[in-house]
Amino acid sequence: MSFPFYVNPEQMTQDKAEFARKGIARGRSIVTLLYEGGVVLVAENPTRLNKLGEVYDRIAFAGVGKFSEFDRLRKMGVQWADVEGYRFSRDDVRGKALANVYGQIVGEEFTRSMKPFEVEIVVAEVGDPDMAHPEPDGLFKVGFDGTVSDHEDFCVIGGSVDNLQNHLQSNYRPGLSLAEALRLGRDTLQRAENGTPDLPAESLEVCTLDRSRSGRRFERLSKDRIRELLA
Amino acid sequence: MRFWDGYKGTSFAELLQTEHPQLAPDFSRWAHVQGSLPESAHGTTVIALRYADGAMVAGDRLATAGHQVAMRDIEKVYATDDYSLMAIAGAAGPAIEMARLLGIQFEHHEKIEGEPLELEGKANTLAQLVKQNLPAAMQGLVVVPLFAGYDRRRGIGRVWKYEATGGRYEEDEFDSVGSGSIFARESLKKSYKAGSSRAEALRMAIEALTDAADEDRGTGGVDELRGIYPRVKFCTAGGIESASDEEIAQVYRDVLGARRRPGS
Repeated sequence: MSFPFYVNPEQMTQDKAEFARKGIARGRSIVTLLYEGGVVLVAENPTRLNKLGEVYDRIAFAGVGKFSEFDRLRKMGVQWADVEGYRFSRDDVRGKALANVYGQIVGEEFTRSMKPFEVEIVVAEVGDPDMAHPEPDGLFKVGFDGTVSDHEDFCVIGGSVDNLQNHLQSNYRPGLSLAEALRLGRDTLQRAENGTPDLPAESLEVCTLDRSRSGRRFERLSKDRIRELLA
Repeated sequence: MRFWDGYKGTSFAELLQTEHPQLAPDFSRWAHVQGSLPESAHGTTVIALRYADGAMVAGDRLATAGHQVAMRDIEKVYATDDYSLMAIAGAAGPAIEMARLLGIQFEHHEKIEGEPLELEGKANTLAQLVKQNLPAAMQGLVVVPLFAGYDRRRGIGRVWKYEATGGRYEEDEFDSVGSGSIFARESLKKSYKAGSSRAEALRMAIEALTDAADEDRGTGGVDELRGIYPRVKFCTAGGIESASDEEIAQVYRDVLGARRRPGS
């Protein structure tokens, strides 16, 4: 019988965290913020591989880090939501529950496997205004170690988060219009260390959860629409 | 929820079968059921046709169980997404479940892949569901749907009919299924005109449903007492739109007016 080498768990956790942080910091950031109509998600992404996606009627996904990992997590979120909605009802699919599912999967991988996921995720949710008691709009962040946190107003994932968070802290106010929120999102992304100055519409991926729509509230904005809003 | 070895395809039905078999509608179980089934809701006339702007699907609202009315305002025409419609005929329970599953299937594929299925892909998806239902069909729970939609890639409306074995046939003009379909088809055979306007298509549909309800006891007509009208939905480049009850009532009165015997 062979015994594995002893590794100090504290050291191992630190090493894994440092590894994951480095991987995430290499990529570009995503800003998610509440505006008067719901939630807007803004990503610097000149490619056609999406970082933002629809999960369910009132739920959207944003992921940074290693594409193959966060995209598989996005698809798992869609699978979870569609099964949950089929098993119970469409109203029973909730953002908080999805964030916890992600927390479990990502956290387990961080603890049990040699290589942790190099990802950070935001689960965004808007309430249904037709209900007498709608859920509040919410942003849940899932860290690379599975930590789930609840954010009001805005949430940033990716590299140089502190920098961007400070900019939002001093410039965000509740009740922004979509155009104002999008402009603030773009200005914030430009402040990232690896960010591009004067980000054009072509380099932005923008999606919204628009409370006023009925049924599926997720919408991917076209480049023309982004240009029009930024003008 | 397994990251590494969970199901990675785009089909919701397969996802249920592989990851959640207890939730998957397992029609094969029906093949072993002994004894006779209780009377389930049956009897219908639904029609689908192509017209200038796309495709139209219409259906009556009556569900019968044996010689009794089961429901007077059942929905037989379903929007399965923004560009496709399904009409059901046959056993109501499995048929409605099939329409629900089909809608989820389309949405699931669109979210996973980031692109919706092509209309032909949607028609094939339904064929697989119908084929899976064959063991239940052998027990008397037949589901024979119609499927129609707007093919955005080709810019045309298209219509398909199905048979219980999963056979799938595209129609150039129109088709009808259900207990009153023979009368609706005879009616459409005379009134159908390719490239019709929306108003002409609506008139053809109401005439055909009126003919079917006149001859078939399982098909409901216009119920003016309760304000229940047939369902008529149009699928075009702009999405799906329903004819209002007022609009249908007006066309229905025109149809009756043209048929009224002198002096009555």
